[in-house]
Amino acid sequence: MGVFSQSVPRGLREKLYEINWAFVLLIILIGLIGVGMLYSVEGGAWDPYASRHSVRFAAGLAVMLGVAMAPPRFWMGVAYPAYIGALVLLIGVELFGVTAMGAKRWLELGPIRMQPSEIMKIALVLALARYYHDLAAERVSSLAGLILPLIMIAVPVLLVSRQPDLGTAVLIGATGMIMVFLAGLSWRVIGVGAVFGAVGAWGVLTYALKDYQRDRIFTFLDPEADPLGSGYQILQSKIALGSGGLTGKGYMQGSQAHLNYLPEKQTDFIFTMLGEEFGFVGCMVVLGLYAMLLANCVMIAGSCKSTFLRLVVMGVASTFAFYVFINAGMVMGLFPVVGVPLPMISYGGSVMLTVLFGLGLILGAHVHRGAEPPKGAGLFG
Amino acid sequence: MRRDKQEAQAQFNRRVLLLGAGGALMFGGLGARLYSLQILEQERYRTLSDSNQFSFRLQPPVRGRILDRAGEALAENRDNYRLFIVPEQAGDPVRALERLARHLPMTEGRMERLLTQIARTPRFQPVTVAEDLDWETFARINLHLPELPGILPDVGEVRTYPHAQTMAHVTGYVQVAPPEMARGDRLLLHPGFRIGRSGAEIANEDRLRGSAGQLKVEVNAFGRVIRELPDQSVPSRPGSDVHLSVDLRAQRVAMQALSQEAAAAVALDMVNGEILVLASTPGFDPNAFVLGIGQAEFNSLNSNPYRPLFNKATTGLYAPASTIKGLISMAALEHGVISPNERIHCSGRVQLGNRTFHCWRREGHGSVHMHDAMKVSCDTYFYEVARRLGVERIRETALRCGLGHLFDIGLPVPERAAGLVPSAAWKRARRGQPWTTGDTFNTGIGQGYMLASPLQLAVMTARLATGRAVTPTLNLRPPGFSFDSLGFDEGHVETVHRAMSGVVNEPGGTAYWTLRPGLGVEGVQMCGKTGTAQVYSITPEERARGVRSQDDLPWRLRNHGLFIGYAPADNPRYAVAVVVEHGMGGTRTAARPARDILRDLVTRDPATRETGPLAALSAASGTGS
Repeated sequence: MGVFSQSVPRGLREKLYEINWAFVLLIILIGLIGVGMLYSVEGGAWDPYASRHSVRFAAGLAVMLGVAMAPPRFWMGVAYPAYIGALVLLIGVELFGVTAMGAKRWLELGPIRMQPSEIMKIALVLALARYYHDLAAERVSSLAGLILPLIMIAVPVLLVSRQPDLGTAVLIGATGMIMVFLAGLSWRVIGVGAVFGAVGAWGVLTYALKDYQRDRIFTFLDPEADPLGSGYQILQSKIALGSGGLTGKGYMQGSQAHLNYLPEKQTDFIFTMLGEEFGFVGCMVVLGLYAMLLANCVMIAGSCKSTFLRLVVMGVASTFAFYVFINAGMVMGLFPVVGVPLPMISYGGSVMLTVLFGLGLILGAHVHRGAEPPKGAGLFG
Repeated sequence: MRRDKQEAQAQFNRRVLLLGAGGALMFGGLGARLYSLQILEQERYRTLSDSNQFSFRLQPPVRGRILDRAGEALAENRDNYRLFIVPEQAGDPVRALERLARHLPMTEGRMERLLTQIARTPRFQPVTVAEDLDWETFARINLHLPELPGILPDVGEVRTYPHAQTMAHVTGYVQVAPPEMARGDRLLLHPGFRIGRSGAEIANEDRLRGSAGQLKVEVNAFGRVIRELPDQSVPSRPGSDVHLSVDLRAQRVAMQALSQEAAAAVALDMVNGEILVLASTPGFDPNAFVLGIGQAEFNSLNSNPYRPLFNKATTGLYAPASTIKGLISMAALEHGVISPNERIHCSGRVQLGNRTFHCWRREGHGSVHMHDAMKVSCDTYFYEVARRLGVERIRETALRCGLGHLFDIGLPVPERAAGLVPSAAWKRARRGQPWTTGDTFNTGIGQGYMLASPLQLAVMTARLATGRAVTPTLNLRPPGFSFDSLGFDEGHVETVHRAMSGVVNEPGGTAYWTLRPGLGVEGVQMCGKTGTAQVYSITPEERARGVRSQDDLPWRLRNHGLFIGYAPADNPRYAVAVVVEHGMGGTRTAARPARDILRDLVTRDPATRETGPLAALSAASGTGS
């Protein structure tokens, strides 16, 4: 069966048949590990974390399958409106946001409490993919063709970093840059950009960051210098991981975690707890599952015939990979503590929904991998 | 075109591969880091983790004491010899407990409970095996410690209430923090640590608790302390003592006088509002709650019809009955609806439409003016006065006298009650019925909808006697403290005062014969007012069957007895309110206990006696001025 004989499935039944069930199975496995760890967080109790996590995960899976059923044309059509909408919400946060724990990240619309930066993660991927899908190949590296995507990336990054939510800002920015790179930016432009980027990073580090942000970035380099201050989290996390050894201390027997030496063990530091209770083996199994999921994404991207789908798949996959890298690296003391959760394992509703929505887009890309929507195609044209 | 597209796809794939390689490299980096942490440096981190477990021992702070105004301890701490078991060090918990049982007899049931608790707790967390051991047992076990691995002896402190029943409702008690509150808090999870769960213990929790310290200790592999490193430790900071305004001796008089009843008594220093007595009978033993009260014992306390666990002094709500008549008189004088000399005829009944309102004295009081109406507690007189005032003006004066107000005296919110001062609007909203003149009649004699706690009655008494906005408190107030005037006319205060003196000191007064000779202190008189709150109305059929008096009724249907009073009459200082649940009548059961409390207060005069913390306080202010 050659590439050219692929046809785009039309009916719901055909589409379901085309779903990559191995991909779904991987996702379910990871989610179940999350439920198991959250059960341990409470010392063997379903409430409040494990039970709610299960419900959210099940709901997220349903959303994922729903997203996968929609045709690429639909996502092209909503790409720009979604981006504009997310941008408006981000500005809304800036103006009317709810402040919690020193950061303004949430917007309250009646009973719903939402985090617009989560929506932006998906919306930016869709918008950039659509932009490059429509752009003529020879203009990808031209100055005119580069300015708009850079603005599309910079505006949300700035808004999110002002909340301040450094982790998410980095995530959004890095994902955007990877998409620009994949779209075919010439190496010459990349070289020049790298120089400016280095200078810019130095500037930001020196002038734009708040003191506590800078502290967090620098203490990860030498946590032992201030064991009870800001280095405490990293140090305790490293002790927990290290003391886990090869096979760990046993399920629900993590002394670091259960004696509360470990901060935020249900969210940002859940990987540490896994490492303490299941050791090196457990960590490698989880990282291996993530790696398999990402390898699957790369294969799906390769099989897609349209630029739009390829970029969507790689954009979402990059975001996902960054989540894992930043979180795992953070708890091991490789990156600063920036507050990025471990996808599908950490407790938290908004991120769970974003991640499963994104994975739904990838699953959908696989289902519709043969589709070749024309440039400028959309819902209505 | 097609070639362009293929070229674009090829470039995309190359770059994806590049990224994939980068990703693989990063995953490899994570793996390498994990390998280094978890395999290569395992030993180092395991030691650090172990030292986390054992090297810092949480030092719970010593809880501050609760003292009465003279410095008598109402709640203090004593040594608590106890044993923990650390399952991880004990090996097989069944055998460990069996070994221990040779020195410390244990029932089968207790052993089973311990085993389930051990199974539920992480293996590194100590579990309490025994508490409050006597010194001999504790010493014997310490001697045999080498054969008892995993058993950890410890000397902690346990709360004790030396005056048990007498102060139970004031001090409240401490208990182990409930699991939902303790979650994640190392201090609250510490075995043996207790927090205030009621009364002054919970209201003053912040001051009493202090803060935990960390004791750095070096331990061997079995968890036994080899040496302590005090210079590298953070000592715990003990909680502060809390001085309450209550007077232990007066409280004891109150509790004794009311010991056979379900009753409450409150006494105030009217000058500064300090509560001297806050008694509720029957009391309970707060010590029983500290180490965990048994279900059977709790049930018997909880189902006792005399409600020992319920603080009647602040949360019991009763119709003020005739004790309200001083307040009604004050309202009438202030609004000018009657002059003190105007006489109203009492024939024993008043007809209002087709309803008949009786005076408590069926044969009537004849023609009475205000002084006599108060003295004999004539209901007919107050029906008329209330009719002239109307409910809204009564309400206004009642609120001014502190009824319907939730006083923050230094007890937790669930141990306070606001009572009820009705109005026409209230009745419409709550009952959906219009206010009637009959309702006003009832309000005028303190029956009907109005409800007040003994605390509020004491405040009302103090406000009527002094004309000042007395607010009660369980904490000490600085010397020289005084309240603003309520704006009552001096003459009116004097009229009500003389009437309340008449109740006790003039023949014919409702409390005269019972209390004769009044206060019983040479040269000092007291004032007062009796009250009887109707609980149940004897039906004509019952009357026919021979149920004639309150004594013939079962306890729970008998009327409540109330008494409010103050002394000394010529220079009012102490106010008291007593409510005896189902005590049949204020004259019969409430007047004497109230008199006993006032007599004790007047003789000893604790408000001016300068001892304990009060002496220190006034000495400090003395040097300041």
